[in-house]
Amino acid sequence: MAIVEALDLPDEVGHHLMHMGIVPEARIVVIRRAPAGDPTVYYIDGFEIALRRETARSIRVRPVEEDH
Amino acid sequence: MSDCCTTETIDIKVEPRVSGKIRTVALIGPPNSGKSTLFNRLTGLRQKVANYPGVTVEQHIGKLSGIGRSELLLIDLPGIYSLDSYSEDARVAVDVLHGAMPGTPAPDAILLVLDSLHLRRQLTLAAPILSLALPTLVLLNMSDLMEARGGEVDTLALARELGVPVAKISATRGTGLDSIQHFLDRKSEVVQPRSPARLELPVVGNARSYRQWATGISTRTKYKAPLSSEWTRKLDRVLLHRIIGPFLFLAVVISVFQFVFSIGQPLSNAFGDFLNSAGAKVGSYLGSGWFESLLIDGIWRGVASVLVFLPQILLLFLFIGVLEDSGYLARAALIADRVMRSIGLNGKAFIPLLSAYACAVPAIMATRTIENKRDRFATILVAPFMTCSARLPIYLLMIAAFIPNKPIIGDFFGLRAAVMLSLYLMGFLAALLTARLLKSSILKAASAPFILELPQYRLPTLRSLGLRVIDRGKVFLKQAGTIILCVTVVLWILSHIPFHAPLPESVIGHIGQWIEPIIRPLGFNWKIGIGLLSSIIAREVIVGTLGTLYGADPATQSLSLQAALRHDLTLGGAMALVVFFAFAMQCTSTLAIVHRETNSWKWPALQFAYMSTLAYIAALATNQLITHFF
Repeated sequence: MAIVEALDLPDEVGHHLMHMGIVPEARIVVIRRAPAGDPTVYYIDGFEIALRRETARSIRVRPVEEDH
Repeated sequence: MSDCCTTETIDIKVEPRVSGKIRTVALIGPPNSGKSTLFNRLTGLRQKVANYPGVTVEQHIGKLSGIGRSELLLIDLPGIYSLDSYSEDARVAVDVLHGAMPGTPAPDAILLVLDSLHLRRQLTLAAPILSLALPTLVLLNMSDLMEARGGEVDTLALARELGVPVAKISATRGTGLDSIQHFLDRKSEVVQPRSPARLELPVVGNARSYRQWATGISTRTKYKAPLSSEWTRKLDRVLLHRIIGPFLFLAVVISVFQFVFSIGQPLSNAFGDFLNSAGAKVGSYLGSGWFESLLIDGIWRGVASVLVFLPQILLLFLFIGVLEDSGYLARAALIADRVMRSIGLNGKAFIPLLSAYACAVPAIMATRTIENKRDRFATILVAPFMTCSARLPIYLLMIAAFIPNKPIIGDFFGLRAAVMLSLYLMGFLAALLTARLLKSSILKAASAPFILELPQYRLPTLRSLGLRVIDRGKVFLKQAGTIILCVTVVLWILSHIPFHAPLPESVIGHIGQWIEPIIRPLGFNWKIGIGLLSSIIAREVIVGTLGTLYGADPATQSLSLQAALRHDLTLGGAMALVVFFAFAMQCTSTLAIVHRETNSWKWPALQFAYMSTLAYIAALATNQLITHFF
């Protein structure tokens, strides 16, 4: 589990992701990877979203301890 | 054409907004909020589908006859997360809501649909909608599911927070829709513009501020998110498993294909026979004159040659619908993304391209799920290279006539199968290389990333599948039908002037002979030239045309079509012909649909020119190589 810190993405893309729930301070959890290893499925704010590594790399997070 | 359910036209009058009277209602909501299901519920089948001017966003407008208010128009806006114009969809929504979209009446009231399973996230869309200060009703969809899974929300408190009425509904079950009736009744009398000043709305355009606002509201209204469906997680554990996942994916793909070909093909054949015999029967009543000939040999045969594909096309729409509504389409995109990325496309292009092996028309229409416009256009442009079923008649005819059935690996894999397989492979490779070429030139991707939302699995309802198939079928018939009609009439006139002249002496015959020098290097004669011209309607038409031409020629009259072709063509010319068909864009329906989906003539024109050039060069190379070596 991790907490989103910042999105180092062009404004348009960043806004799109933020409207989908990837905003600073949101909790994000890796659920699984696609069978080919990429993209990765994340759980955020009640829904699942898949991002390629190239996009996920630009989302800065800080890890937190699992609390459950 | 008997269109079973609706041919009623919906007149869209753009009138100035009269305060106090509701004429037009806009339906808006985020993706996956169940908005389309609700739209279908509210309008029934009385809806009109078109493109908004200048863009590729689809416009759905219908009368609110599902709840007995057919005097009111309902506009279905594209599913969006916010009104920030990061996408064409959002720009269209903003224009429609502000009454700035030409040809679309300005809405007098808004129905905002939110998925109550994910209310906190979906609420962010409420902020920009409420700031429009139009009469608004917030509909919490799937509230039955939310409550069943232990979710809660205080709708009264939510209504107070938002300053507009809020109602719980279920679009799939049709419950709670009377709230819309009440809303419309109350508001029809006098519209009291709500003062947005009373509301504390977040900073416009700031996603973070929207989130904080939505979180604040959902806390104050005691929103308790339901437990996420255990089913989805459990199913994904299997369907997206590292090893089992891809195997199940292949199994799904193969069974869809098996089904489309084993059921769709015989159905299409039977339907084709029926259309032809019906045409012949009507023709026999009309006697034999130029009118009968125009009607039966021209229009009817041309239209029938396209209608024949309808069973297959509808079946494909059905399967794509099942995949999409169940939630598996997103998983398929996830599994295929890695492979598709290597050719510069994304995972969402996989199912459309696969469908193109049966028919490019539904494939191109299915590309709407690809949000990235450049990726979507690239997929549209390469889809017709996939070996569709309309190519099979000419492939089978030429292979049977020219390729001996020599075994290569035992009895299972012979020379004929090898030629067939290489034709499939050729189309696939052309699609692959073209995709790469496009993505590194005119459709070079901007920074748009691949973002894929994985919805929860749902059981598709027959109702929504049925509506989808009818809706897509209507679009195909309307788009392809009108253009096909024009092309068949023109081709008939060209092949019947001067009157009573045999085909070789008609205008089209002269054109065929006139282009002979151009196609002679490919190993084609003027008869093939006429065949190529006539097959602009649809690829399989060439078989019928060649039958007519060789049947009328005294030299080949007594021979079967295969023997006549052998008598007339070299091996090089014959193989060049099938290679030509592998690459050429001989399909008016596809061009019509590409025109519709890209909302321009530029793309279909480019596609036609590119594919024809490629077909010419490849056929030329084939003929020269075979003539040289054999």
